[in-house]
Amino acid sequence: MLTLPCRLLTLAFLALLACLGSGAAAFAQAGDPAQIVQKFGGKTSFEATEATVKELAATGDPAVARALNALAEGQLYYRKSDNRVFIASGGGDPLTLLDPLSGDPAGEEPSGNLAKVKIKNSIRRTVSDALGSLTLASPDPAKRLAAANTLFAGATPEQIETLDAAIAGEQLPDIRARLEQARAAAVLKSDRPEAEKLAAIELLGSRGDREALVVLTAASAGSAEAAVKAAAAKAAGAIEETIAFWAYAQNVWYGLSLGSVLLLAAIGLAITFGVMGVINMAHGEMVMLGAYTTFAVQETIRAEAPSLFAWSLAIALPLAFLVSAFVGLVIERGIIRFLYGRPLETLLATFGVSLILQQGVRTIFGPTNRQVGNPDWMSGAFEVGLMSVTWNRLWIIVFALIVFAALLLVLGRTSLGLQMRAVTQNRRMASAMGIRTPWIDAMTFALGSGIAGVAGVALSQIDNVSPNLGQGYIIDSFMVVVFGGVGNLWGTLVGAMSLGILNKFLEPFAGAVLGKIVVLVLLILFIQKRPRGLFAQKGRFVEA
Amino acid sequence: MRSGFHGFCSAAALVAALSTGGAALAQDASGDTIKVGILHSLSGTMAISETTLKDAMLMLIDEQNKKGGLLGKKLEPVVVDPASDWPLFAEKARELISQQKVAATFGCWTSVSRKSVLPVFKELNSILFYPVQYEGEESERNVFYTGAAPNQQAIPAVDYLMNEGVERWVLEGTDYVYPRTTNKILEAYLKAKGVAAEDIKVNYTPFGFSDWQTEVSAIKEFGAGGKKTAVVSTVNGDANVPFYKELANQGISAEDTPVVAFSVGEEELAGIDTKPLVGHLAAWNYFQSVDNPANAEFIAKWKAFTKNDKRVTNDPMEAHYIGFNMWVKAVEAAGTTDPDKVIDAMVGVSVPNLTGGYSSMGANHHITKPVLIGEIQDDGQFEVVYETPGLVLGDEWSDYLPESKPLIADWRAPMSCGNFNTETGKCGGAGASN
Amino acid sequence: MMLGRLLGPRVWLLVAALLAAAILVPMANLWLPADSPLHVPSYMVPLFGKYLCYALLALALDLVWGFVGILSLGHGAFFALGGYAMGMYLMRQIGSRGVYGNPVLPDFMVFLNWDRLPWFWHGFDQFWFAALMVVLVPGLLAFVFGYFAFRSRVTGVYLSIITQAMTYALLLAFFRNDMGFGGNNGLTDFKELLGFSIASQGTRAGLFAATCIALALGVLLVGGVTRSKLGKLMIAVRDAESRTRFLGWRAEHVKLFAFTVSAVMAGIAGALYVPQVGIINPGEFAPVNSIEVVVWAAVGGRGTILGPVLGALLVNAGKSYFTVAAPEFWLFVLGGLFVVVTLFLPRGIVGTIDHGWNALRDRRRSLSAEDGTGAPPQLPPQSPAADRTSMPDGALPSPAE
Repeated sequence: MLTLPCRLLTLAFLALLACLGSGAAAFAQAGDPAQIVQKFGGKTSFEATEATVKELAATGDPAVARALNALAEGQLYYRKSDNRVFIASGGGDPLTLLDPLSGDPAGEEPSGNLAKVKIKNSIRRTVSDALGSLTLASPDPAKRLAAANTLFAGATPEQIETLDAAIAGEQLPDIRARLEQARAAAVLKSDRPEAEKLAAIELLGSRGDREALVVLTAASAGSAEAAVKAAAAKAAGAIEETIAFWAYAQNVWYGLSLGSVLLLAAIGLAITFGVMGVINMAHGEMVMLGAYTTFAVQETIRAEAPSLFAWSLAIALPLAFLVSAFVGLVIERGIIRFLYGRPLETLLATFGVSLILQQGVRTIFGPTNRQVGNPDWMSGAFEVGLMSVTWNRLWIIVFALIVFAALLLVLGRTSLGLQMRAVTQNRRMASAMGIRTPWIDAMTFALGSGIAGVAGVALSQIDNVSPNLGQGYIIDSFMVVVFGGVGNLWGTLVGAMSLGILNKFLEPFAGAVLGKIVVLVLLILFIQKRPRGLFAQKGRFVEA
Repeated sequence: MRSGFHGFCSAAALVAALSTGGAALAQDASGDTIKVGILHSLSGTMAISETTLKDAMLMLIDEQNKKGGLLGKKLEPVVVDPASDWPLFAEKARELISQQKVAATFGCWTSVSRKSVLPVFKELNSILFYPVQYEGEESERNVFYTGAAPNQQAIPAVDYLMNEGVERWVLEGTDYVYPRTTNKILEAYLKAKGVAAEDIKVNYTPFGFSDWQTEVSAIKEFGAGGKKTAVVSTVNGDANVPFYKELANQGISAEDTPVVAFSVGEEELAGIDTKPLVGHLAAWNYFQSVDNPANAEFIAKWKAFTKNDKRVTNDPMEAHYIGFNMWVKAVEAAGTTDPDKVIDAMVGVSVPNLTGGYSSMGANHHITKPVLIGEIQDDGQFEVVYETPGLVLGDEWSDYLPESKPLIADWRAPMSCGNFNTETGKCGGAGASN
Repeated sequence: MMLGRLLGPRVWLLVAALLAAAILVPMANLWLPADSPLHVPSYMVPLFGKYLCYALLALALDLVWGFVGILSLGHGAFFALGGYAMGMYLMRQIGSRGVYGNPVLPDFMVFLNWDRLPWFWHGFDQFWFAALMVVLVPGLLAFVFGYFAFRSRVTGVYLSIITQAMTYALLLAFFRNDMGFGGNNGLTDFKELLGFSIASQGTRAGLFAATCIALALGVLLVGGVTRSKLGKLMIAVRDAESRTRFLGWRAEHVKLFAFTVSAVMAGIAGALYVPQVGIINPGEFAPVNSIEVVVWAAVGGRGTILGPVLGALLVNAGKSYFTVAAPEFWLFVLGGLFVVVTLFLPRGIVGTIDHGWNALRDRRRSLSAEDGTGAPPQLPPQSPAADRTSMPDGALPSPAE
């Protein structure tokens, strides 16, 4: 939508608009869509396909929209035997055939007898442009809006009249505003009077986003009148300022988003390492197990109950928790419980465990990346002002905060949490009070591991699901926990968020690599200043 | 500590036992088989890509044995795991050649692993087949490059996009030598084609980079200038999945800002939901979707061999297919596996590739291939939208870099040089000592 | 025999074994015929040379971890820096034999458009300068890093993590092609060392011998330092830092000394490693490599001089063996080994043998004491590591040691 190769399309539009302008009389001259659409059949070149698209669009017949849509989505096929063109749907074998214009059923055909009408990006673009003009009069408001947006990006002076007509007929204010902006963009490219152009600039200036900036920059560069040039440049400057402001907001957002990923990755470690003192090198692998659980759940859902796909993450969450918690429990009971009081040796043992888990997953699931799909509610983005917010990042931030809050709740408000705190603060005393310390150790470790598994569900949405998944996060996780202060959950939260934001503010200036180096150096310097992290633990057990 | 001696002795015995064990294992096999080394990482970061190639080699060797082996002997694969650890590649290469006595080795993926084993292959005079697209700027007597050089991938891709009306370019890559060199060549090429410097943006990210928000929004902004923009991606394996996920989420569609990748194939796409990526491009010398009988047979065999109907094939696999068949043919022609004779016999060998033509080995130890450009489909496959009219020979010394412009490689008898300088008329550098 | 008593027989045995290897292995490789049962195959010489470099690195780590209690997760960085210093010398020695034939610039600089040698590459064409840098760069980095860290009393796991941050930052920095160290590909394709062809058997044997001698000197150094008064102070800092400080000793000076010496040793190990494996690249900075060094030391037995040397040799020999014998499963074996060693040999191999030996001797003594013939039982001279591990179960799990 951002750019259009105008020169390619001007011709098509000229033809098209001529038809639209002169009304229904033009239909007969432009040819019969039903015959034109058959030109897609057989082995044709991309150029021929593109010409057919233009020819179809030139008929102005709204019925061709079905065929063009099918073409863009790769559902337009031709039968190899007689080159007849159909829309094939269903995805199974044999495919159900539909008439390309009317959409009426036209029998079935094994997929082997059909060939897809090949398209490429430029054809998709031609199709969407053609559809834009065709659907300007569509009864569906969403389609009209889309058409208005398409027209804005590729506005040409010839369209002003068409747009005027559309504006006059449009009831909905949103679409009307878009159409007026599209008209303004067209006006700027035309040779209309200066006053009209200045008004157009004002209108575009008030739209104030990147698309408007593109049009205004082009106007200030290309226009002959000095007044228009100056006004366009001024309006563009104003928009640039707004964009610069929003860039800060965007950076903060990116930082929070990165921070929430770090938080998710680190929070389980804040328990096993921060609270229990186990240098858990297998933490990353717990995250990985969570991601693979998500994969397994989605595979099962795809095979057994595709309708549940939107719920796949919700289903995966508890399972991932249980899987990782169980593995954590086994590790604690099998290995770590013999190593309490020798924390550095837990590093060695868990490093071994991490190697085993990685290779185990590699053996079972294979070494390649596994596909974990994003449910619809995790896909796409929306705009806040001039800032684009992607849904998956938003949900991950929300999710990270929920996990954090839940963990605080468990540690602060449940009897298990109370006992955990008691054991970590004074093991012997807790034991004397009748707390089963080995049981609490096991539960704490399982909790930390389980939370890592839950993090894996979230990370599967943005990262590779591969046996190396955990390796990518383990170092950052340790940094976050240590920066925040070992044994302090709030420290982990603040640590994760500040490292995330710092990183994202450095990235545009320093680049991703240098930015990260700077963050690491700052972390080292910070530890000199506060040798026990941001939120240093106080009390007698610190030195123990 | 008087116990010292005791501890020392038992420990020394243990080391001795381990090392002699290793030696014993190695020396038991030099009978009626020809050994073929497979040097691909099976663990560590590169296992994602390289394990498949190990399986592909096992399949090819298995096929050849079913056909009766080579020179009347069975082929015996020797698989080792260099574990994505570059010095370990050198160690394992040395072990394969001097201990296992392999006749040839198929292996390596990253440039650094190739650089690491190069001195070993030169010193011990053995043969390496390298199956991955790479930055060029190299031609060695002991190495046969069956992957693409930049002119077999990058330049045709850029040409294609220019024809499609692209005027601004983002060169996005992982910070290592392949993207650096490729981007340098592309920059020079684009400028030679009249693209202004401000219409080219180069950016690098670290290995395994996973937070692409800033980079993708920068691409979006760069593309918002009104001119049609394309991204040329040399982003390395692991970082691609998050990169494409972010592209999809930020709504960068192929119609507006196509991304053409040189390191993303069927295998990488298997880990991503490709519906939002339809129309983004990749340039390779082979796609699984290429429709011809040889390819169909290869795919069927591969699925049967891996006992997995969903396994995909990819370009480096085809490179091994070509390389292996070339080696077989050269060994048959030479009548021996002696490296010197095989190296001489290799040049000019021509074997069928999987895209319906023949690939042949050039005097510069690179091969001829067609260049295909494909668009990503929603089923994770590519659809070819452009194919070079003829075969392209890999150009080891790029003509677009001033330093390498005068260099050529020709390993045939009179010249026998990997970096002959046509300006000075001398075989420069390392070649001089050979 | 004063020295013998001072350092203990084990150190002398180790030194003797290393010196013997320095002479015998090259001889067996160069002069014995290939079919002789005692012939050492050529590929084994650089392989064992590599193990010995790792052993020196593990020994360096043992000096700070085993004797001063500083768990450095960044020792790979010092190793790699030493390696880079040597690699830069070797690169300059290539001279005009590079593929582009540039007499000054290494190949990677030529094709990345560097027009002149960066300032920090000057001087590396001289071996003495490179050798100085091998010692100076890691030593200086360790000194500066340690000075600030120990002065600020960064201890325990915080110190471990910032050493990890250090090596990670260096990893990223050396990955950057703009840094002028060859980026991910690192430095490779070396030709000559001090005029000797690097690929020749004689040079390999010489390097092997040099590594043996360096390791022997390292063993003597660590043995000497740890048996001296300073060594006692180190152990005091390790076991009770606050108490040592209250007694008036400057714990940070002790730590700084050990850390710097250790970094220099690691740097030398790296410098010897590079010509034997033929490549140095940023992968050596990877945090996981440093963790592996810790693992070697722990497997062999930390706080024992022999242990880390042995651990490095064993684990790496095992890795070499299993990556060929069981390429798909060697990680299970290696991972399993680490778990088993921690669980069943908590003092490491050497520590456990010491412990068992001592226990056996004590039992014999007490038996003979009951007979009334032997000397009265003495307190067993426990290794310090054994002290720590005999802590009662259920002791406070502290986040830091």
